[in-house]
Amino acid sequence: MSNFLNDNPDLLFTLNNLKLQEVVQLKEKNYSESAKFDTAPENYEDAVDGYRRVLDVIGEIAGERIAPRSRQVDEDGPHFENGKVTYHPLTVQNLEDLSKAGVMGVILPREYGGLNFPSTIYTMMTEMVSRADASLQNLFGLQDIAETISSFGSEEQRKKYLPRFCTGEADGAMDLTEPDSGSDLQSVRLKATQDENGQWYLDGMKRFITNGCAKIHLVLARSEAGTTDGRGLSMFICERTPDLVVRRIEHKLGIHGVATAELQYNHVPAELCGQRRYGLTRYVMSLMNGARVAISAQALGIAEAAFREARKYASEREQFKQSIDRFPAIYDMLARMKAGLAASRALLYETTTAVDLRNCYDEIMTRGTKEEITQEVREKARYYKEVAAVLTPMSKALSTETANKICYDCIQIHGGTGYMHDFDAERYYRDVRITNIYEGTTQLQVVAAIGGVKKRVLDKEIQSLFAAIPETGSIGELRKILSGMYAKHLEAVHFLVEKKDVTDQPLHELRARNLVENETFVFVGLLMLRSALQDPVREPLAEQYVRDASFDFERNWNIVMNGGTSVIEKHRQVIDY
Amino acid sequence: MNHKIIVFVKQVPDTKNVTGQAMKPDGTINRAALPAIFNPEDLNALELALELKDRYQATVTVAAMGLPAAAAILRDSLCRGADEAVLLTDRALGGSDTLATSFALSRLAKTIGGYDLILCGRQAIDGDTAQVGPQIAEKLNLPQISYVQEVQDYTEKSIRAKRAIEGGYEILEAPLPVLMTVVDANEPRPQNAHRILKFRKAKTPSEVVAACGGDAAAAAPEIEKLRSRGLLIRELGAKDAVPEDEFGRLGLAGSPTKVKQIMSVVLTAGEFKKIEPTADGVSALVHELIEDHTLG
Repeated sequence: MSNFLNDNPDLLFTLNNLKLQEVVQLKEKNYSESAKFDTAPENYEDAVDGYRRVLDVIGEIAGERIAPRSRQVDEDGPHFENGKVTYHPLTVQNLEDLSKAGVMGVILPREYGGLNFPSTIYTMMTEMVSRADASLQNLFGLQDIAETISSFGSEEQRKKYLPRFCTGEADGAMDLTEPDSGSDLQSVRLKATQDENGQWYLDGMKRFITNGCAKIHLVLARSEAGTTDGRGLSMFICERTPDLVVRRIEHKLGIHGVATAELQYNHVPAELCGQRRYGLTRYVMSLMNGARVAISAQALGIAEAAFREARKYASEREQFKQSIDRFPAIYDMLARMKAGLAASRALLYETTTAVDLRNCYDEIMTRGTKEEITQEVREKARYYKEVAAVLTPMSKALSTETANKICYDCIQIHGGTGYMHDFDAERYYRDVRITNIYEGTTQLQVVAAIGGVKKRVLDKEIQSLFAAIPETGSIGELRKILSGMYAKHLEAVHFLVEKKDVTDQPLHELRARNLVENETFVFVGLLMLRSALQDPVREPLAEQYVRDASFDFERNWNIVMNGGTSVIEKHRQVIDY
Repeated sequence: MNHKIIVFVKQVPDTKNVTGQAMKPDGTINRAALPAIFNPEDLNALELALELKDRYQATVTVAAMGLPAAAAILRDSLCRGADEAVLLTDRALGGSDTLATSFALSRLAKTIGGYDLILCGRQAIDGDTAQVGPQIAEKLNLPQISYVQEVQDYTEKSIRAKRAIEGGYEILEAPLPVLMTVVDANEPRPQNAHRILKFRKAKTPSEVVAACGGDAAAAAPEIEKLRSRGLLIRELGAKDAVPEDEFGRLGLAGSPTKVKQIMSVVLTAGEFKKIEPTADGVSALVHELIEDHTLG
């Protein structure tokens, strides 16, 4: 019996040390929901017991059912003929299993058939599903679309669409990217026009749309004729019709199980979702933030699978009369992989906790009564919004880049065998490669995070983490390394912030990544130390991470402080030689 | 028409995950060394019942005989979609062999009543006898279809099922009520999150009492609360299901099977003997088996 929750000590540690008291109390309206719904918890312990039991079932489905099907799904992929996408029968079975398990509306409110779970718990499911079959996550994770309708749609739209998602009857797609608008979504051109009765219609093209064959689409379109920037864009909901044509599906490097489609809109009727002109600036940003958390978890799940393959292979493969995991070059790789995995997970669930808090306070701000919106609520809403806005891109950058490295090393440890199609190593390597590209490249995550780094949004969190870690003993030694890094980091941030001349702009853009990475090293280092305090068995893991990070930190710091600017001046000569 | 289906399920030691000493010196199973699980083919039987519930109108009652801890598989069944659960538990039932078990379950079926279909797994992994289902049918005087893979039709009066036979399958039709034993031919649905959140709290009265340290008076309000929420698992003792004059047929007293000796058998290829499928051939074989004490 393979259960992707119970066989994973790091994930269990995370689950056992959740700090969701405030979140659950808010989500459950001080546990008054239990009077209305027999599925609602009566107190925090009751809530966590429910989460654990549901996660246990998803862990079993992932380990026992989805994972064994994943190789065939990757091999065959979906089928496309006459404009119709047919998913692989095993993908269909996977979705049926998850629908029967009742987890297609995990974060949606109960009145629409959802489970009303925190994002943190949903993210744990995402991680386990991705470990079993990365491509399935792209279908399972489309619940974020329903969440967007839940957050910004009208009551009528919530009633109309959400129950269909929850039962698994309807699936979703978010149609943002166009041939000429990838990272630069402000330039989206798909046209939204209204007839004399106020009915909206969509005309144009979308490209690289994950699950573009979905029944329900959220579409970013230009509703304000004559505009060219993000403020002329609105969000629309439309249903699949014959006028919404799937022109082709892509042949991709990885995540073969899910169809990525090119769509043509031939005057497709649509409903406006939320307010006009807020499409990109508010709704898509929110949607993308949710999706970024999901992709962090997807990357983490793939990395977990890759690490396990590498570890297993290294312990079984013998060369020079011993298993290869006895060689320093190999165990060094494995130790870094494991530390990277634990670090990514620590940051991811710290992020989801902030995201959950932000969502709860956001909900009160948008739907609460005047009495509920106190000064304290306002401040917390603002604070967690800022924290989540830094942590989300930091987490995505860390998880996806680390996962890429882990999958790369997984093949390396397999040697020539890993290059062959017969082993899963090459599939993980192909699947993981998209994670640091879609929902915003790592380069764009840096852009999203750097503002908060310069504004020192995380200082309060960092200081309270430092305060909780003793200065003595072996953990104190590691704390000393981190506090040295923190002081230098603040110095480097200050150094750049003070460069205010307009000609310094390229330097700011160039060094943003170094600063964001160093912020991550310090913050995640502290999270790792905190977890070592909670469970001493984790101390070597924390030490591995902190010591590795300290060397990478120094490199970044040196580049910022002493790196010079030659690439800005001379890149043309270098590139064009 | 609203069908009523009873599914008999059993909690068994997980013989695939043996930790420590699985057998006691007396040849009985050391349950403490083995994790307790839902007998796999009983899950197939439950899945078939739930599929029938999806396709036709039916209520599904899951029933088990066993230790108080067997309530765990009843909760599991409720989380997968069963409508109600009944546990028959009593010291008087301890040590039952297939004869005593099937007798007790036949009386339990009568007590539950109103059924037109009884489903059992083909066999349990702790004994592999495949006798209990057919014996229940005999005792209830019901037609039976064993080794069922799927049901093709389920009307007001009859059922048509496909059953596995050596080298193929056959399709049988039987009048209701009927008993069927089910093989591993479907994929049991997972527990459903919404149902988990509700039914994880379902308990038998004795579980509630045990949680209150054995204080029945203290447990009463909680039992009432569970009952009012539909979360009380019905619990019956031997007296609730079996007339007192039949008590001799229960438990150890009602079980003629005795374990004489157990040994680990390593199978190797040996001689074989062809038996003609005639009355004489079978009779000669039976004599031979009696002589070497395999039978009798």
